[in-house]
Amino acid sequence: MKTDDLIGFLGSSFEREPVRTSWMTRRLGLAVAVGAACALFLALAVLGVRPGLMQGRPLLFLAFKLAFAAAVGGLAIRYLVRVASPGGESRVHLGIAALPFVAVAALAGASLTTVPREHWHGQISGHSWLECLVSIPLIAIVPFALVTWAVRRFGAPTDLIRAGALVGLAAGAVSALGYSLHCMDDTVPFVAVWYGGTIALCTLAGAVLGPRLLRW
Amino acid sequence: MADDAIDFVLPLGGHEPARLARVSQAEEELRGLLVASLGGSAVDYRRFLERLGSHLRAYYKGKLVRSGRTDTEAEDLVQETLMVIHTRRHTYDVTQPVTPWVHAIARYKLIDHLRQTRATAANVPVEDAGVLLAHGDHVAAESSLDVARLLAHLPAKMRSAIQSTKVDGLSTAEAAARSGMSETAVKVSVHRGLKALAKLVGGTAR
Repeated sequence: MKTDDLIGFLGSSFEREPVRTSWMTRRLGLAVAVGAACALFLALAVLGVRPGLMQGRPLLFLAFKLAFAAAVGGLAIRYLVRVASPGGESRVHLGIAALPFVAVAALAGASLTTVPREHWHGQISGHSWLECLVSIPLIAIVPFALVTWAVRRFGAPTDLIRAGALVGLAAGAVSALGYSLHCMDDTVPFVAVWYGGTIALCTLAGAVLGPRLLRW
Repeated sequence: MADDAIDFVLPLGGHEPARLARVSQAEEELRGLLVASLGGSAVDYRRFLERLGSHLRAYYKGKLVRSGRTDTEAEDLVQETLMVIHTRRHTYDVTQPVTPWVHAIARYKLIDHLRQTRATAANVPVEDAGVLLAHGDHVAAESSLDVARLLAHLPAKMRSAIQSTKVDGLSTAEAAARSGMSETAVKVSVHRGLKALAKLVGGTAR
């Protein structure tokens, strides 16, 4: 086929509709939102809401966990939208995306200094670190698949490692959002290690899978 | 005026004023055409694709010929890139310069192509965005898609035999294993298929 013919063909299949990047932004945002809804549903259906969630300390910690997950998720979407465009990786700052992790780690460090050393173990591993470690990555699978599909369908990332990492970060964040409704542990170090750690794990998995899954 | 135009093009450091001026001129022109296209102008869109096609051709020829590849391969990449630019044109942010966007796509498709054809990207230098728009090449080689179109006219057996041995470069034995035919059947199919192709080509030439 001659390239001129192709251009003629593409030109004639051109639709007279204005297209804007905001269209892609909305689609990606929607994919993350649907992913979050799936994560919530999975967490509620499989794990169930924690008893006594609406009382003082559990409620306070729920707000803390939600704030952490929302901050991570918000930054993930912000940069995901950029990395989904060709060349957009130059406007992605993974250091800034890591700020919520740094902040929570700092808070955890501060809170550990207020308790005696022999309680550190209990503060960090809590009642259910294993459940958290398993649940967040498992719940993240559905949002991860959804957002991956959306990036492939609507975007055109040219840095697949970063794009994958950000998909993983977003999926991990919405998964943590859902899991927080069930989570029984109310200490800052627990959130820092197990929420932060599992979301980081999802990010790493995304970075590894990105080059395979996000090709277009 | 020229200085402003040069500053507009992002990722270049400059000892080549002539090239820079050419790049910034191309950037402004392409950007104008693309923005008009995205606003709904089909005429500008066609012109955009034509201009871009010539830049892409020069870019891919330059990259591929250095690693001993053919013009046809470069033309395939030009077409592939034009197609993805068409289907993903909504990823262009009109507030940004067009050069980095186009270059990112062209480079991505180049690396993807090299990976698929089992060459290492290290063999082909991948440079800054300005290189893409520094040159144009209006001499289009025909792409290998022509062969695909001709092959589509052949019966399935002949088509797969020719595809395997002549296009994908497999040996007769490998082609036989892939298609489940005997080696003799593959040879016969190739022979008949080539004859039929020659007829087709003769037919279109007349």
